[in-house]
Amino acid sequence: MAARDRHGPEAPWGEFRVVGRPNRKVDGMDKATGRAVYTDDIQLPGMLHAKTLRSPHAHARILRIDTARAEAMPGVHAVITGADLPVTYGIIPWTPDETALAVDKVRFVGDEVAAVAAVDEDTAIAALARIEVEYEVLPARLDPEDALAHPEPPIHENRKRRDNVSKHVELEFGDLAAGFAAADAVVEAEYFFHGTTHAAIEPHCAVAQATPDGRLTLWSSTQITHYVHRALAHVLGLAPERIRVIQPCLGGAFGGKSDPFSLEFITAKLALLTGRPVKMLWTREEVFYAHRGRHPMRMRYRTGATRDGRLTAVDARILIDGGAYSSYGLVTTYYSGQLLTGPCHIPAYRFDSTRVFTNKPPCGPKRGHGSVQPRFAFECQLDELAVKLGIDPIELRRINFQGRDTETVNGQRITSNGFLACLDEVERASGWKERRGRLPRGRGLGVAGSMYISGTNYPIYPNDMPQAGVQIKLDRSGLATVFTGGNDIGQGSNSVTAWLVAEELGLRPEDVRVVAADTDLCPVDLGAYSSRVTFMVGNAAIDAARKLRRQVVAALAEAWETAVDRIRLGGGEAWEEGSGGRRIPLREAFQIAEARFDTLGATGSYNTPELGGKYRGGTIGASPAYSFTAHVVEVSVDEETGRVTCEKVWIAHDCGRAINPVLVAGQMEGSAYMGVAEALLEEHDVNRYGLHRGPNLLDYRLPTSVDTPELRSLIVESIDPEGPYGAKEAGEGPLHPSIPAIANAIYDAVGVRLRELPFTPGKVLAALERQRREEEARC
Amino acid sequence: MGGMRALTLRINGDEVRVAAPDHWTLLEVLRYQLRLTGTKQGCDKGDCGACTVLLDGRPVLSCLLPAALAEGHEITTIEGLAPAHRARGGEGADPVQEAFDRTGALQCGFCQPGMILSARALLDRNPHPDRAEIRAALSGNLCRCTGYEQIYQAVELAAAGGEGRD
Repeated sequence: MAARDRHGPEAPWGEFRVVGRPNRKVDGMDKATGRAVYTDDIQLPGMLHAKTLRSPHAHARILRIDTARAEAMPGVHAVITGADLPVTYGIIPWTPDETALAVDKVRFVGDEVAAVAAVDEDTAIAALARIEVEYEVLPARLDPEDALAHPEPPIHENRKRRDNVSKHVELEFGDLAAGFAAADAVVEAEYFFHGTTHAAIEPHCAVAQATPDGRLTLWSSTQITHYVHRALAHVLGLAPERIRVIQPCLGGAFGGKSDPFSLEFITAKLALLTGRPVKMLWTREEVFYAHRGRHPMRMRYRTGATRDGRLTAVDARILIDGGAYSSYGLVTTYYSGQLLTGPCHIPAYRFDSTRVFTNKPPCGPKRGHGSVQPRFAFECQLDELAVKLGIDPIELRRINFQGRDTETVNGQRITSNGFLACLDEVERASGWKERRGRLPRGRGLGVAGSMYISGTNYPIYPNDMPQAGVQIKLDRSGLATVFTGGNDIGQGSNSVTAWLVAEELGLRPEDVRVVAADTDLCPVDLGAYSSRVTFMVGNAAIDAARKLRRQVVAALAEAWETAVDRIRLGGGEAWEEGSGGRRIPLREAFQIAEARFDTLGATGSYNTPELGGKYRGGTIGASPAYSFTAHVVEVSVDEETGRVTCEKVWIAHDCGRAINPVLVAGQMEGSAYMGVAEALLEEHDVNRYGLHRGPNLLDYRLPTSVDTPELRSLIVESIDPEGPYGAKEAGEGPLHPSIPAIANAIYDAVGVRLRELPFTPGKVLAALERQRREEEARC
Repeated sequence: MGGMRALTLRINGDEVRVAAPDHWTLLEVLRYQLRLTGTKQGCDKGDCGACTVLLDGRPVLSCLLPAALAEGHEITTIEGLAPAHRARGGEGADPVQEAFDRTGALQCGFCQPGMILSARALLDRNPHPDRAEIRAALSGNLCRCTGYEQIYQAVELAAAGGEGRD
């Protein structure tokens, strides 16, 4: 690792002035007053509106498309089909299997076949009805087992394999046979995690503008500006330096805007063809079909432990429903196994994961990508072991704690690790010791833990350049402007970047401006995924700011004829330590530095150290730092109706250092909310025709304020040695434990094990009925 | 496509005359004619609440309201709150807006114009609501980011008239 990548977790002069405080976000009041500009808020003169025609079939060959009648309609400016955008793409360079519009086949209901640009949306929609498409309908595979059993015709015909397997990974670490031989207790069960989707409140939107001199600008609701930039150049055959991609303010993402999406290529192509700006805004229904949400997984787990509770071996077999395209599927398949090896030490571990194509909306990364599902199964296994061994479930996790500064069985480097403190916090706050086992039947407590990455050293496309870059301009007015490719998707990364720069340079937070996610203006950052932004952009920001700090301090020391270690910057001022020292506004300090060193600017960057196991796939899931979480949840189960109510969630999360405790708490609470929703309410599925069961925000049951339990966040700070001032991720880890903790609490409440999500009243009643019959049989 | 209709609307204290297609909703007129884009569209069918505006002080879903039916009513959008607060002699933005910023309630911010207007309407009719009343009043506005906790804190902070956190 380069020296530039290590900043240490300490404050520049021993005491934090900005970090750790509840500062207001750089864009908070823009959002509160309606001034913030989201993609659909952009209206350009002469702008056309585009819509796409979508397949009514889950699987079909396109025999003929006739667009003549649509093209002839007054107000229609262009109609395109797959023939106009034939280049394949995909977020993972090894699996480019998507086209913006179908070239020869459609692979799910909602797959796009043609697009129209017209004077307004109404005209575009009317024109879609005049496009004639002749299909040869093929058998639809809506279940991964069916897709494996009936691979002809394959969903993707141009691949070497014709078996509908998208990706298969089998890895074994340690001695599995010896591990199970040494076990005094073994539990084994099958679990099912259903599909769920992101449902960000802002639908996807893109606006493209092409100028006669051959430059293209795309504004898009994306969380991966850089990859969209690359994909546009590739698909359109344009030089990347002629393309500018800008992410305006973003209305939520959660992983649902981290692929290049068809509307980005379609609006760009239509803008190039017509010479007019083109906007496409998806309806809520279209967003449900675009999906890229949580993969359904059927999982069989076997877990062994000794009498005193020490885990000896874990064996997992996972079947992953990928939907129609690869998306991040290669990574998902690895993550389904690679991210389970903490915070509990597992001495022997095997996973065998198979991702299968089906004729359904494509799955992808949703908050806690690939690891939320196995975490559900494994944390339920731990609960079953605890009961079998007569050990308190929190204690069982303490017994197996892997410790800090260690390595997992699959070769992941663990540095800071605050998991024990997380367990202590939820145990204390929930009154676990006093209340568990003493609640009336129908009410229960459950616990679960997890770990998650703070970015990984896998940069999606192999390269030796930094993962994150930042540029800072210091102005003689006393202002710092930070340019970052980082995508603020609502998590507040622009604010975090500003606060880190303010801390380093002694600025007041309000004196830092952030220009972000504009490929013409900002150094590259790879994007908001894998919980990498605070860690990587944060370190890059400190790197750049520290270079400027040295210049300002050196210039002042020279001007004041004193030692550099006597100079301090803070709170918008610069001063000399000691009695009688001078004190000036930072503005003047910057002017002294500018006079001494010329115009003040610096770049900074971050790249991960070498990480991961020395085997194929060993770097996927290898993170410079892991976050840790523990939840206790309290549920009540109505045995008459089968309804489970999550009453309260205690969330303890080790985020390294909280750069802003308000934002960290917001991430923890939002994560837990989303987990509870997945456990009890939300379900993304299709019917036997491949039609979505409820592609709207009423049938897809997002919790309202009255459905959401009380959420209590408990921040644990382990101070990571390599994070920016010791920070780690907070946005994804805290989702994981909610779901198994609810399952475990239901067991505590009524004594039934639910292993199939979501925990609907029907499933609860069926489980209670089985329990009654088993008890009667015993009597 | 139908015809156009001339409308006279009272929006944020101003009388505004616009021509809009017959079938347009108030949301479309606000966003695409008047460029008051602070009012958001999340679902276009009344499920999410992002398009909430105040009609004579009461929260309504502008995506379900034909624009013509808004004539003769006092419409308040998110853009109108801070200026109205200033007109009453206040500083900064409306206390509800300030509170949402202080407590972290504004993550992606997309649902928040509607949420803030629902909260404003609640406090106008009930200046000191308890948690249950806040939850009930905001239950028509979906938020996907926060888990609602910091939103409740914001409404309580605004009700207390306090400075809070910082």
